[in-house]
Amino acid sequence: MLTAEEIQEIETEAEHYPKREAVCIDALRIVQRHRGWVSDENVRDIAEHLRMSVTDVDSVATFYNLIFRKPVGRHVVMICDSVSCWIMGYDRVRTHLRERLGIDYGQTTSDNRFTMLPIVCLGCCDHAPAMMVDRDLHSDLTPQKIDAAIEKYR
Amino acid sequence: MTGNYDKPLTERMRPDGSVVDLQAYERAGGYQAIRKVLRTGVTPTAVIEEVQNSNLRGRGGAGFRTGLKWSFVPRGKNVPDPTYLIVNADEMEPGTFKDRLLMERDPHQLIEGAMVAAFAIEADIAYIFLRGEYTLAADRLARAIAEAYERHYLGKNIFASGYSLELYLHLSGGRYICGDETGLLNALEGKRANPRSKPPFPPSVGLFGKPTVVNNVETISCVPHIINRGARWFLGLGRTQDGGTKLFGVSGKVKRPGLWELPMGTTMREILEEHAGGMLDGLNFRGLLPGGASTDFIVEKDLDTAMDFSALAKVGSRMGTGTMIVLDDRTCPVGMTWNLIHFFAQESCGFCTPCWSGLQWAERILKSMEEGHGQPGDLDKLAFQTKMWAPGHTVCALAPGAAEPLDSALKHFRDDFERHIREHRCPWR
Ligand SMILES: Cc1cc2nc3c(=O)[nH]c(=O)nc-3n(C[C@H](O)[C@H](O)[C@H](O)COP(=O)(O)O)c2cc1C
Ligand code: SF4
Ligand code: FES
Repeated sequence: MLTAEEIQEIETEAEHYPKREAVCIDALRIVQRHRGWVSDENVRDIAEHLRMSVTDVDSVATFYNLIFRKPVGRHVVMICDSVSCWIMGYDRVRTHLRERLGIDYGQTTSDNRFTMLPIVCLGCCDHAPAMMVDRDLHSDLTPQKIDAAIEKYR
Repeated sequence: MTGNYDKPLTERMRPDGSVVDLQAYERAGGYQAIRKVLRTGVTPTAVIEEVQNSNLRGRGGAGFRTGLKWSFVPRGKNVPDPTYLIVNADEMEPGTFKDRLLMERDPHQLIEGAMVAAFAIEADIAYIFLRGEYTLAADRLARAIAEAYERHYLGKNIFASGYSLELYLHLSGGRYICGDETGLLNALEGKRANPRSKPPFPPSVGLFGKPTVVNNVETISCVPHIINRGARWFLGLGRTQDGGTKLFGVSGKVKRPGLWELPMGTTMREILEEHAGGMLDGLNFRGLLPGGASTDFIVEKDLDTAMDFSALAKVGSRMGTGTMIVLDDRTCPVGMTWNLIHFFAQESCGFCTPCWSGLQWAERILKSMEEGHGQPGDLDKLAFQTKMWAPGHTVCALAPGAAEPLDSALKHFRDDFERHIREHRCPWR
């Protein structure tokens, strides 16, 4: 079941479009903001609310990188694996995080604190290598900076 | 009006990185362009003419003439209603970091530009299509849009002119292909972002089937200044026939990676050596991609080429987004090419076979080469693939864009590729 708050947020966004289905991606984002990820049940609920087919909503949900269709930890660490970061030491960043957190891409730490994912260019190439944790950008990464950044997220 | 007009796009930005809010923007002469247009009865056609005369070309990658694009929008009584303006703020091209700055630091410049552009094409509704990872830009744009609505600069009957415009911010679900203008239209309609085949082109059949113009953030940010200071002034900012200034950036192993607003037509060598400070000590220059991942490598002999649309075309590359990625002599060109092709293979929308299948194949070949399993004949296979990605073979420009770095790498760094195959290893590891 979608909560009253989610429904209200979806309806506010829906006013921006002439067709109801158009709010589908916003709806997925809204549900994910509240729940951390989008479950099959959420997909069904969104489909019902927007009077769309479940398959259509699911095909949209699986297309987009920032919609998570599996549970994630409390914080999502996304490491930029695009070209400027690759030149500036992406491999070292990934290795450091892998060792530090004991997980690799697509995995979640056993305390459910972090999930690690790759992401494409974060538009921060002049301060590469870069990563995002939740909504925060971290740049000019060194092992020290990575450790300090990770400490902030409990 | 005061100010140094050499850098119209960035002159108001604060060194501490904080945002220019509505008050500060207006103090610096902001919202005068839209006032001039709406209060003195400038016609939409006159705005389009001014922009055409300024020779403004799209800053999103393709360099299409902005005024010309606007002139394709049908007008008059029988035109389907509404007309849309979309600001393309997807910025996912690897190596590109210019639109983020414009949105984070001076969001009202973009909003005013969108208002003028929307008026010119007689649009009723405008969207800013922003990539979801740009969280600071999202917060600051949302705040700036709210400020503009509070002042009645957006909404009904703006400046009592009878013109009304709604402006909405849409946050993307994230996928490179959303940046392609027709992929973007599908994404904004709530669908998978598969590009549409053209024609029809968006100015006649676009968002929800209605006339639509899609323009890049930097393109739109230029517009208020063209209206304020005139087409001739804008043209004069550039060093070559392409008008205006441009945000040029450098990333990679240089002394001072960064972003600068410079005259259009500044040479690559000047940007690299004077602004970015040259290569880091102990490293030598090998090549660069002038404007993001989907442009052809430039090598030393062409470094004196002007960064402008036609000069770059003459040396077999493209302006793209104008943010260069530098390859040094301690970084493996094969590894870099693999990274680029990995990106394109991953981001293919999966619709055209030469694109999704060919890119995966090429990626596997490059990977095996890097891992020491390259085979004689691999280079021919790669060259064959890039021919399959030529313009016209696929629905959108993603595959042709992928061919550019691969083709040019095979040309300029052939020895390095051959050495990987011959020595069964990556010499840089
Ligand atoms: C795969 C692909 C990705 C693109 N990504 C962007 C983008 O992120 N931002 C952008 O402005 N243009 C992007 N473009 C170009 C747009 O299709 C379009 O040409 C541009 O937004 C038009 O604006 P302009 O004329 O102001 O440059 C992309 C094109 C392709 C084929
Ligand atoms: S070229 Fe690639 S990304 Fe573009 S429509 Fe075809 S499959 Fe999709
Ligand atoms: S390549 Fe990593 S931020 Fe651009």
